[in-house]
Amino acid sequence: MTLDIHKIRADFPVLDQQVNGSSLIYFDNAATTQKPKSVIDALSHYYASDNANIHRGLHALAERATNAYELTRTKIKEFINAPSSDQIILTAGTTGSINLVAQTFGRANFSKGDKILISNLEHHSNIVPWQMIAEEKGAIIEVIPVDERGVLDLAAFRNLLDASVKLVAVNHVSNAIGTINPIAEMIQLAHAHGAKVMIDGAQSIAHLDIDVQALDIDFFAFSAHKLFGPTGVGVLYGKRELLESMPPYQGGGEMIKEVSFEGTTYNELPYKFEAGTPNIADVIALSAAIDYVNALSKEALFTQELALLAYATEQLSTIPGLRIIGTAPDKIAVISFVIDGIHPQDLGVLLDKFGIAIRTGHHCVQPLMKRFGLPGTCRASFAFYNTLEEIDLFVKALRRSINMLQ
Amino acid sequence: MAQSIQETQEELIEEFGLFDDWADKYEYLIDLGKKLPNLSEVFKTEENVIKGCQSRVWLHAEKQGDQIVFEADSEAVIVKGMISMLIRVLSHHTAEEIIQADLYFIDQIGMSQHLAQTRSNGLLSMVKQMKNYALAFSAK
Ligand SMILES: Cc1ncc(COP(=O)(O)O)c(C=O)c1O
Repeated sequence: MTLDIHKIRADFPVLDQQVNGSSLIYFDNAATTQKPKSVIDALSHYYASDNANIHRGLHALAERATNAYELTRTKIKEFINAPSSDQIILTAGTTGSINLVAQTFGRANFSKGDKILISNLEHHSNIVPWQMIAEEKGAIIEVIPVDERGVLDLAAFRNLLDASVKLVAVNHVSNAIGTINPIAEMIQLAHAHGAKVMIDGAQSIAHLDIDVQALDIDFFAFSAHKLFGPTGVGVLYGKRELLESMPPYQGGGEMIKEVSFEGTTYNELPYKFEAGTPNIADVIALSAAIDYVNALSKEALFTQELALLAYATEQLSTIPGLRIIGTAPDKIAVISFVIDGIHPQDLGVLLDKFGIAIRTGHHCVQPLMKRFGLPGTCRASFAFYNTLEEIDLFVKALRRSINMLQ
Repeated sequence: MAQSIQETQEELIEEFGLFDDWADKYEYLIDLGKKLPNLSEVFKTEENVIKGCQSRVWLHAEKQGDQIVFEADSEAVIVKGMISMLIRVLSHHTAEEIIQADLYFIDQIGMSQHLAQTRSNGLLSMVKQMKNYALAFSAK
């Protein structure tokens, strides 16, 4: 199936606008993806027709809202091939999911001297929650290094693995440079040493096929907003025996079975981890995002994105003084680059004047920037609704900006 | 007597009025950035760094007689161009004048976006810091 990009673009209202007098070119998809009209409509439909608190009322609206909410959980389960929908915990985002695991699994399982392995590619969201619990428990964080290309050093990873490693927390795909990490192999290695593995799937969920069972993932986290869905919703998948053995996270309504002043018993999965009224509307709208991707065929989307990556890499390589940061053989459609003698921020400002949205700065991965000896990079990140023509315009605007700055 | 803060602002508005296209404006701004002398390394200290910037920005202030003299630098040339204008407007004025200054020229030359929070380029913090220096000097 080949994509009709023209038709697809018409599904994303935000793309059809002028910015600073030019047609918007949105190349900041790693930060957040745009939303198809069906997602926007699902949000307003929910508030206009079904709004009610879920899991509580017996009335018709409560039932409709609850069903729609739980339907999303089922769709997520299918989307990542989880064994059952009660292993899908709804959170506020990837960050929320990682903190949940740190504060429950970590609290119950880390003790003094235990090791948590993370990598040099991690987003601050997959560093700081571990630092916080490690400090509290006296656990130690060790870092899997990356090479010049931005590829994880698997030999070093093997050397770091021993019986004291309780958890390996790595991203599936690097947000800053696009590297796809060999998580299948890493999970096998970790499991062979008795360590559990948490995968930060924020950047892979929209760009790779995810099968949590085939990959034997212990914990998997992602954000709806990077999957063409709304902000404020995230997912945590976990293996049943792990989720069941973990203490609850936040206390409140929904997560309890019975409450008395003498003591409280907790609800079953997934509700044990979902205290309080959740973000009902946005969860329901995530359904529409999943339907949208499924209807187009993931394979066709990924093929389009790889074509964009190949073309952009080739075109950018013709610019004198431009250096691509992150040259792993396996990458998603993310290109980080720097230009000799030019600060990334200046390029970001000028490209915006051409109506082009890219990201500049440290991309919430300061340790990785330090590894490359850079204060930051420019990052163009693509989605299937981007076109080769947009890349041509981007490269043209980039050349013009460089001329202005040199 | 040097010209007033208002006179310098008017002068800048007039200079920018000559450009009708954004690219010309930015080329001029970039040129201003390139021409602003680099801050001496001894002043590029941690204390002089303005927080909240994507690029590093340094600001140094000194009292000469009853006037405050600013020197500043940035790694990013467009920010440096903006800084150059702020210095041209505010430097060599008394603490009182600096504290009172209403920097309307930024909006008038169409650069107010650079003062927006989202820019994380620290210009807003830069202006605040310049006024803070003025306050501190006037308190002495
Ligand atoms: C790799 C990675 N991990 C975690 C996050 C945090 O996601 P969120 O801010 O949606 O919680 C991001 C978002 O940029 C990311 O790219």
